[in-house]
Amino acid sequence: MELPRKNYPFSFKKTLNYTLLTAAGILFIVPLLWMAATSLKPSNEIFTMPPKWFGSHVEWTNYFKAWDYFPFLRFYINTIIVSLSTVVLVLLTSSLAAYAFARMRFKGRDMLFLLYLGTLMIPGQVTIVPLFILMKYLGWVDTYQALILPGAFSAFGTFLLRQFFLTIPVELEEAARIDGCSRFGLYWRILLPLSGPGLAALGIFTFIGQWNNFLWPLIITNTDSMKTLPLGIAMFQSQSGTQWHLMMAASSIAIIPTLIVFICAQKYFIKGITMTGMGGR
Amino acid sequence: MANYQTSTNSSINPKPLIKKPDRKSKRIIETITPYLFLLPNIIGFLIFTAFPVLFSIIMSFFDWPMLDKPRFIGLENYIHLFTKDELFVKVLLNTVYYVVVLVPLNVIVSLGFAVWLNSISRGSVVFRTMFFMPILVPMVASALIWKWLYNPQYGLINGFLGWFGIDGPNWLGDPKFAMLSIIIMSVWAGFGYNMVIFIAGLQGIPKTLYEAASIDGARKWTCFWKITLPMLSPTMFFAVIMTIISSFQVFDQAFIMTNGGPFNKTNTIVYYIYQNGFEFFKMGYASAIAWVLFAAIFVVTLVQMKMQKKWVHYE
Repeated sequence: MELPRKNYPFSFKKTLNYTLLTAAGILFIVPLLWMAATSLKPSNEIFTMPPKWFGSHVEWTNYFKAWDYFPFLRFYINTIIVSLSTVVLVLLTSSLAAYAFARMRFKGRDMLFLLYLGTLMIPGQVTIVPLFILMKYLGWVDTYQALILPGAFSAFGTFLLRQFFLTIPVELEEAARIDGCSRFGLYWRILLPLSGPGLAALGIFTFIGQWNNFLWPLIITNTDSMKTLPLGIAMFQSQSGTQWHLMMAASSIAIIPTLIVFICAQKYFIKGITMTGMGGR
Repeated sequence: MANYQTSTNSSINPKPLIKKPDRKSKRIIETITPYLFLLPNIIGFLIFTAFPVLFSIIMSFFDWPMLDKPRFIGLENYIHLFTKDELFVKVLLNTVYYVVVLVPLNVIVSLGFAVWLNSISRGSVVFRTMFFMPILVPMVASALIWKWLYNPQYGLINGFLGWFGIDGPNWLGDPKFAMLSIIIMSVWAGFGYNMVIFIAGLQGIPKTLYEAASIDGARKWTCFWKITLPMLSPTMFFAVIMTIISSFQVFDQAFIMTNGGPFNKTNTIVYYIYQNGFEFFKMGYASAIAWVLFAAIFVVTLVQMKMQKKWVHYE
């Protein structure tokens, strides 16, 4: 009976703390709220002084207009194809290589691993010019393979999964080996099923990284049929003045998938960041 | 491993004669298996990472126009960069300014929110999600949203300042404010990563340390300086390095919000690589700039590594 009364001043402090935190939280998502607000305004009420949060009515048709303004469906499909195939390839090739690095002994292993780590330090922009020339030489400019393959063999992914595999005890694999399981079987049937969180983290990083990637698609695509969402959003800028309401609608549409992925798999995402300290950077 | 071989070799096995060649081929298989596992990744790694890296070094010694034949010019590109290209020096300084202002801001904001979120008992996940959201927004979209927020006449920011009778500047159009505006936007867009890393780091600090300190009568502020910061310093060290590396590579924001302007005030190294490579089609020159970027990142990271003894405490 005494306790709650004693805690009274603390409770006030707590309320204040939460109020301030909520205020800070809202302040930090104001840009996103402003995006949503702008995307729902009638086009003739975008430019008001002072700016208003709500128009005279909610203009849902902006979303349909934005969708039809460019071949947005095509951009969407392209982005999905590129992101998903990169994720699949990265998970497959990185986990295979990581298995070798984590569980096998072979000549040149440490040297090779060092080489992989070394390339993590080289900024992607170093390779962007030669990659473009390579793609031109292969005749791959403006193709899916050019969008997908450069990101599909990840040194970062190999590093992340190797670290993760090392945290999994080997006893299970040893037991399976004695029972006559092949190396591939050990990897496929024992280690991979145990590596859900690690694979999920890498998968999400790769997905979000590809979904948001801008510089490489900007360089390697030149027709609308190959463009991805970030390029599509940026296109609202160049066409005869900026159509802010449509651009904001398009941005909202582009953000939704990453938000869904994040909310579904938040746990793994956070774990992956803390595991590597890198995330998608 | 040893178990495996003896068990197949045991006398219970009905056909020991067939086993002999089998064992030999098994050994061969054992030796090549690791390489088979590596193969898919290595092929891609060689083609799309190792080869371009080497090729890029070679290109940087050439005058390499996109359509014409490349011509070997030795160190000419590098010499030109530092002695004749005034714009490059400006671009380099712009990028350094961006890094020097952004990194401390990013660390302060992310550390502040990490400590704050770590102190509350309930609902920290909800707030964490809120603060983390900007990370998920494509940088292009963030840049466009902020360009709209920064709009001198109709933007929300100047509208807000207008309430207080302040006539807000032309954020992105004013040479004095343009880079600062990009930095503010970039802190917003990027601090979530470090915040999450710091929260994890804070949770790793044993509670007993704080309890012991409070018994000794230490204040919260003292605890923060004497316990939290030293204990968090290894995490912070890594976060700072990663933030520096990634901020040296700033591009999307400058490309979308200002096109490097006004007066090249927001032109950055990577933007300059893009311009030289894909607007002026000077591929060799662009490669040389890319290697200067690498050198800058490398040197800064090396210095950080050397300096860590002074402020990073390992248990």
